[in-house]
Amino acid sequence: MITGMGIVCPMGHDVETVWQKMMACKSGVAKTTIFDASTFPTTFSAEVKNYDPAKYTKNPHLHKHSNRGSGFAIGATVQACRQAKIDVETDKPTDRIDRKRMGIYLGAGEGSVDNDVFFNAIVQAWDAQNSRMDWNQWAKTAFSRMRPMCELEQEANMPAAHIALLTGARGPTRSCLTACAASTQSVGEAMMLIRRGDADVIIAGGAHSMIHPLGVTGFNRLTALSTRNDSPQTASRPFTASRDGFVLGEGAAIVILESLSSAKKRGVKILAEVIGYGSSSDAFRITDMHEEGRGPIQAMTAALADAGISYKDVDYINTHGTSTAENDLIETIAIKAVFKEEAKNTPASSVKSMLGHLIGAAGAAELITCILAIRENTSPPTINLNDPDPKLDLDYVPNKPRKMQVEIAMNESFGFGGQNNVVIIKRYQE
Amino acid sequence: MSSARIVITGLGAVSPLGLTVGQMWDGLCSGRCGISKITAFDPVGFSCKLAGQVPDFKIQQYVPKAQRKAAKLMCRDIELAVVAADEALRNSGLITKGIDPDHVNIDPTRVAINLGAGLISCDIIELAPAVAASITDGKFDIRKYGRDGLQMVTPLWLLKYLPNMLACHIGIIHDIQGPSNSITCAEAGAQLAIGEAAQIIARGNSDIALAGGAEAKVNPIVMIRQCLLKRATTENNDQPASACRPFDADAKGSIFGEGAGIVILENLENARRRGAKIYAEVAGIGLSNSINPVYEHLEPDGRGVQIAIEKAMADAQIKPEDLDMVVPHGTGIPADDLAEAKAIESALGKAGAKVPVWPTKSMLSNTGAASGALDVIAAACAIKEGKIPAAKNCDRKADGCNLNIVRGPLQKKIRYALCCSYTYGGQTAAVVLKSFDGETAN
Repeated sequence: MITGMGIVCPMGHDVETVWQKMMACKSGVAKTTIFDASTFPTTFSAEVKNYDPAKYTKNPHLHKHSNRGSGFAIGATVQACRQAKIDVETDKPTDRIDRKRMGIYLGAGEGSVDNDVFFNAIVQAWDAQNSRMDWNQWAKTAFSRMRPMCELEQEANMPAAHIALLTGARGPTRSCLTACAASTQSVGEAMMLIRRGDADVIIAGGAHSMIHPLGVTGFNRLTALSTRNDSPQTASRPFTASRDGFVLGEGAAIVILESLSSAKKRGVKILAEVIGYGSSSDAFRITDMHEEGRGPIQAMTAALADAGISYKDVDYINTHGTSTAENDLIETIAIKAVFKEEAKNTPASSVKSMLGHLIGAAGAAELITCILAIRENTSPPTINLNDPDPKLDLDYVPNKPRKMQVEIAMNESFGFGGQNNVVIIKRYQE
Repeated sequence: MSSARIVITGLGAVSPLGLTVGQMWDGLCSGRCGISKITAFDPVGFSCKLAGQVPDFKIQQYVPKAQRKAAKLMCRDIELAVVAADEALRNSGLITKGIDPDHVNIDPTRVAINLGAGLISCDIIELAPAVAASITDGKFDIRKYGRDGLQMVTPLWLLKYLPNMLACHIGIIHDIQGPSNSITCAEAGAQLAIGEAAQIIARGNSDIALAGGAEAKVNPIVMIRQCLLKRATTENNDQPASACRPFDADAKGSIFGEGAGIVILENLENARRRGAKIYAEVAGIGLSNSINPVYEHLEPDGRGVQIAIEKAMADAQIKPEDLDMVVPHGTGIPADDLAEAKAIESALGKAGAKVPVWPTKSMLSNTGAASGALDVIAAACAIKEGKIPAAKNCDRKADGCNLNIVRGPLQKKIRYALCCSYTYGGQTAAVVLKSFDGETAN
């Protein structure tokens, strides 16, 4: 069961604001301001703006070294805990949750290097004549200028550490990083831990920011990012003929997963039920997806089987829909293979058209939009879909949200290198 | 494990003691130390100049011809993992596409992979020319970099350093199509991954899993981080063999290194059907959190580790007296070792002062995300051989540590072994292995 949700993302710092903006077809994309990207191949991104994690904690000094991802995670966690009536920052919680049975499972990314120090240490130590590093010089600069805590906070497990400190969780805790599929995987595996009886509550989701010079370098060199610098807000355009890459975003999204008996005992409202999870690998190539969508098909099929439902029962698909040439094509092929005659009748939208791609946090942010799609009986739109790719002929809910019955929603996430994760949720009924 | 029984049917280890499990076990038994002066780069300016370094190998020998191009996209962490996976699979008798494409004896969709991976630091030498081309007035100029420098970075650069790529490369080489996960919980990663893989098999999502971890910490960025955090010892730079001293009164910090450990986990029925040799059974998993605002250290009372151990024993349905050995995380960082000792003593009660405790990092160094897997492999060897080698460098126990650190080698039937691990940031894991008693796989 899902009993709480929280989000900090480019469209806003709370769930309701984000949903309202999605219903208004707004975009969270703009010129990059976190660093000077004005000469980079891509000069724009979907940033979280005007956000201060200190607002969410009584003890900001204990979190002051947080990297961006951890900071976002703090806000999203506190929101989700409030909704699920979980006490934070107390030694004596009265929420009737045994802390040994409350875990954490994040799909979280590494933090940015300490850019100024990192680059200038190389500048001072590079021996251009001999094309070699003077490690002694590098170490001198590093020892005098690198800040220990800032280095520690680059570790991908640190967002979970901040959440543990906030909530006192002593149950099963993991952090995974399967690229863009990480937080769908974390929610799926967290659900499995509760199903197995290892925990009553798990704080699950993702947190990530790769909007930093090395992150953008990596994606730009892979030619994975859109370079539509003259029109950032229309750059993320999944399923169009003119799509030219994804738009890098950042944020955190957290859901509280809870066993039915715990939710009932505590009398908290159930927002939706997680009914199925499927995971697979392409085992194909590091750089490309399998051309028939073998891995995504296997993950979708496994999730349907785990949920004990047919593809005919799925009302809405929240696609991975990155706006790259390859993903949108392969994903469409895979949906057709799994959904057969129902493929074109099952609305399948990409909220990355508005949110950008939150990488490790993407899956959980999109899961939250699935929860809202069920609550509001509305499919969020794929915006910027003005020139459909003739090869891509599913119902992508173009350009405006659609009122429709949504009882069961499927959330898909696929990662670089071929990890595929699918989670299915359902409206909760007594 | 309450539902299905999960057994270990293959081992693969790349460590500072050698490129195989056999070399590691022989080294551990003879008290050999894998720690030496850093040769990967000139460590003269570093406060710690020692590391556990893996002997040279040629990655091409472990990658099928058709995949050789992909080998260029492997950072050191990935290479180590690929080598360990190769040994583990061959050792288990499973034949994958990567071992022999004509005699494959697995269903690729029923094999999972779950690895602990580190925060992989890039090779600065690869970035340096791009950075050097982006200087104005002696300082890094990001505008120049965006225009000129960035274009000098090799196109697939990012893909070398994503933590999920360890599992991806192994998956591609051996055609593993089941669930794949990469646990990024630093030094606790491998045992967290082994625990999850066992549960994936137990719940029926796979029959077989490759599980463990790999990390290459002999990199200037990683080393400087450990030095800055004062986790690496600054003493004994001229005496590598006695530098890392878990639970010892003279301990001053850890020594970091590189390695990879991968075990083949298998559903017992599956292992029996194919007549596999069985090293041990994964009898229990326990996970928790250490909660400490001083994120780089374990909480002083070790409560998170204690809870993980208690949960693992409950999962295995055993009592503390049933344990015949403990392989602790034991890093050589005094505050952490003391907290872990307290955790073991609290979890095991009276048995805590009796059960032989065998820390391995004095010989293997702290190999980060690989360390928990190397410890599980060492424990599986101990069970198989009926022997606990002597601990090294714990000559005089630290004040407050009442553990029974193994003094000399013990010949002993080991029925249950406990391994535990934790990391800065707090995640803790414990694994109980059980001997596969008198039962034969056939």
